[in-house]
Amino acid sequence: MNIPFTKYTLDNGLDVLVHEDHSLPIVAVNVWYHVGSKNEVPGRTGFAHLFEHLMFEGSQHYDRGYFHPLQEAGAALNGSTNADRTNYWEVVPGNALDLALWMESDRMGYLLPALTDAKFSNQREVVLNERRQNYENRPYGLAGMAIVSALYPADHPYHWLTIGGADDIRAAHIDDVRAFFQRYYHPGNASLALAGDIDPDMGILLAEEYFGEIPAGEKPARLSIPTPAPPPADVKLVLEDRVELPRIYMAWHSPALFAEGDAELDLVAEVLTSGKTSRLYRALVYEQRIATEVAASQNSRELGSFFQVVATAAPGRTLAEVERAITRELATFLDRGPTGAELERCLAQAEAHFLFRLQTVGGFGGKSDQLNAYNTFLNDPGYFVRDLERYRTATADRLRDAARIYLKPANRVVLSVVPRGRVALALSGSQPVAVS
Amino acid sequence: MAVDRSRLPGLGPERPFTFPDIRRVTLANGLRVWTVEHHQVPLVSVLALVPAGAAADPSDRPGLAAITGDMLDEGCGDKGALDVHEALGRIGAQLDLDVGHDATVLGLTTLERYLDRGLELVRDMLIRPRFEQREFDRVRDLRLNRLLQLKDMPPALADRAFTQLLYRGHPYGHLPIGSEGSLRAMMIRDITLFHRRAFVPSQTTVIAVGDASHERLVEAVSRAFEAWAADSTEPPINPDGFPPASQPAMQLALVHRAGGAQSELRIGHVALPRKSPDYHAALVANMILGGQFVSRINMNLREDKGYTYGVRTAFEFRRAPGPFVLHASVQADATADALREAIGEMRAIRGERPVTAQELELGRASLTRGYPRNFETADQVARGAAQLALYDLPNDYFTTFVPRVLALNEDTVTAAAAKHIDPSRLLTVVVGDRDKLGPSLKALDMGDVADISVT
Repeated sequence: MNIPFTKYTLDNGLDVLVHEDHSLPIVAVNVWYHVGSKNEVPGRTGFAHLFEHLMFEGSQHYDRGYFHPLQEAGAALNGSTNADRTNYWEVVPGNALDLALWMESDRMGYLLPALTDAKFSNQREVVLNERRQNYENRPYGLAGMAIVSALYPADHPYHWLTIGGADDIRAAHIDDVRAFFQRYYHPGNASLALAGDIDPDMGILLAEEYFGEIPAGEKPARLSIPTPAPPPADVKLVLEDRVELPRIYMAWHSPALFAEGDAELDLVAEVLTSGKTSRLYRALVYEQRIATEVAASQNSRELGSFFQVVATAAPGRTLAEVERAITRELATFLDRGPTGAELERCLAQAEAHFLFRLQTVGGFGGKSDQLNAYNTFLNDPGYFVRDLERYRTATADRLRDAARIYLKPANRVVLSVVPRGRVALALSGSQPVAVS
Repeated sequence: MAVDRSRLPGLGPERPFTFPDIRRVTLANGLRVWTVEHHQVPLVSVLALVPAGAAADPSDRPGLAAITGDMLDEGCGDKGALDVHEALGRIGAQLDLDVGHDATVLGLTTLERYLDRGLELVRDMLIRPRFEQREFDRVRDLRLNRLLQLKDMPPALADRAFTQLLYRGHPYGHLPIGSEGSLRAMMIRDITLFHRRAFVPSQTTVIAVGDASHERLVEAVSRAFEAWAADSTEPPINPDGFPPASQPAMQLALVHRAGGAQSELRIGHVALPRKSPDYHAALVANMILGGQFVSRINMNLREDKGYTYGVRTAFEFRRAPGPFVLHASVQADATADALREAIGEMRAIRGERPVTAQELELGRASLTRGYPRNFETADQVARGAAQLALYDLPNDYFTTFVPRVLALNEDTVTAAAAKHIDPSRLLTVVVGDRDKLGPSLKALDMGDVADISVT
């Protein structure tokens, strides 16, 4: 299991990665810019994502929208922004690779001349609609904001979600777009991966041809922000929402993406909630039937991660009961760690997940996206094998130790989301939290 | 060498693509076994297709097919519910169960070296489910809780209202999950009877795709399923016998949801079945109208007006005529304008602004040039093959798709839009705030706004 690749860095600093796979006559083009909502400042949150939208609105030499020529060539395409990075991809028939590279390079090099007030204000509205649709109007949609704003202090760049604050989005100014582009959108802060029906030498040649002319920029310094200390005691919060069933969120600070303990906590999450035989599902949903669902995740990020457990109370059951049951199961895990059978199951699943990820050349999570992830965060596109090793070499003791260090019972942010007007359903001692 | 940025680069010659070769055999018990070799990654996907879904629910038991499907992995053969999942976990299997209107599909992807163990699990789930009362009570409770939670979700409310109004009294007139009343009335024996009738070898197709030879795949599936007793069952449902859906009594229905920041919209009507000779033309017409980002409706509502994060239309193809439907969530104060614009586009493409040569080219190209992408993973290939099995399409279906689409012209596509999108029959469902939207909806000239509560 591996993703073989060739790496070449252009004179302007653009990293080019090529992976050859002739199974289908398609090529994936994938560009990462090492910028996300963590590069924003308070008062201007949501900007990296709004900017991503503008990247689809045309550039100097083709100013009629980004989708049209590519969809006409048979491409699938999209982009996304998270706290740490912004990615853009096309999966094109092999005969449209030139077109995709032309389009990607034009928006990397020549976005600003095509920027207008009309485009900017239109996309600001689209993003506000996206925010209403996916956060404000969605049950439990604002819980994530409450969690991160309690985990991180106001000046920490993980204090807000990537979608940003509605007022901040409204306050965004077109001049900010220019400054943001110049600072973050240039070859020195980007990584280009090509995967599929392409010869590596040809891939590098084409990358040079289309991207080589774009001026180098200054690579932004990596943010170095220490993880905030865990809260000395549980921070208990309550949020009222238009929901039928109360839900509890527990979050802990945890090791950064690829740091020691990160893979272990990923596996701990599997032991706790993956499948019906997992600890928490079995106890809360299957046996005691006090919850309708439970999910644990290690949310891995560059500057520091957080581990989260989320459970929805069954009708007639209380969040206090659910919280006690989770705490009890966690205490058992911290005491004894996983059983041999649990570890074996999780490792089989982890290995299968690595194989599943090798099935597609492009799109979110495909081979080109992974090459860029490893290159952007670790400067090591060949990290796939070592990444898999992190999981293969995990032991029961290491899972238990990681859980003991990071998932302490009294250093949590605990959020109760309750139906409107029914604050009494929250864990006792919870303080109201305001998010919008 | 400098890039010529005065024009977009042209496309090179098309690269050849060989569609998956599907081998079909039928076992002595009537089970159809289809195999495809797919060697990129050491994985295998197995799909079992049972052509009975929500449309096969008895009229007083909506949700029966779905809960039957949900019970398959809650204990089977010699394994209890937890043992099944322990066994799945140990082979790193990804299990996926989908109960739609026309079919139940059980899918499993695992490492090639676990093919036999995976097949035994699929076999036991499919033909030896235990259907124990204790597990049923728990699964039913979870479904009831899910129904409760769906009441808070505008997209779910809109889908529910739209389906119920559009297909009133019809086998397609309910969502697969069913209703609270029906779930409460359901008994184990309903499930056992449904399973006995629908899950029979003569109606089932097992599709195995992966990193193994045809011979190995056929041999493995045969060994797992050969002991399944043959049946002499008639198909449990025959979509050709469905009555036509009756036209809804209203044009515009509102599901009240106080204070919503957005309105959730569904607009559509009953359209054509999957086997229609107009299938390809309708696909292209939809691509142009609302089927992709650069379609008329999305460009109008999102890129021009900024009313929405995105809007799409689709023909939902089924064995009997399925709906044409628009899905969107729009900012509340633009609801009436968005409806007017969207319906205006549906009207215009039928003649007032017919399909242009450029749009035709774009619509055809989007469907054909990217077609090979649909065959990248074993699971995708298996699902493609399952379409052939479900809709009784010929083996050369994939290879004829592109030429058939390319044979269409502006006139045939405009004609398909005119024939299969009929503004006079549209049903519009809005989930939003009655007090805020009432006056602007009344002014739309779509008759009385029917106030609907969703059950």
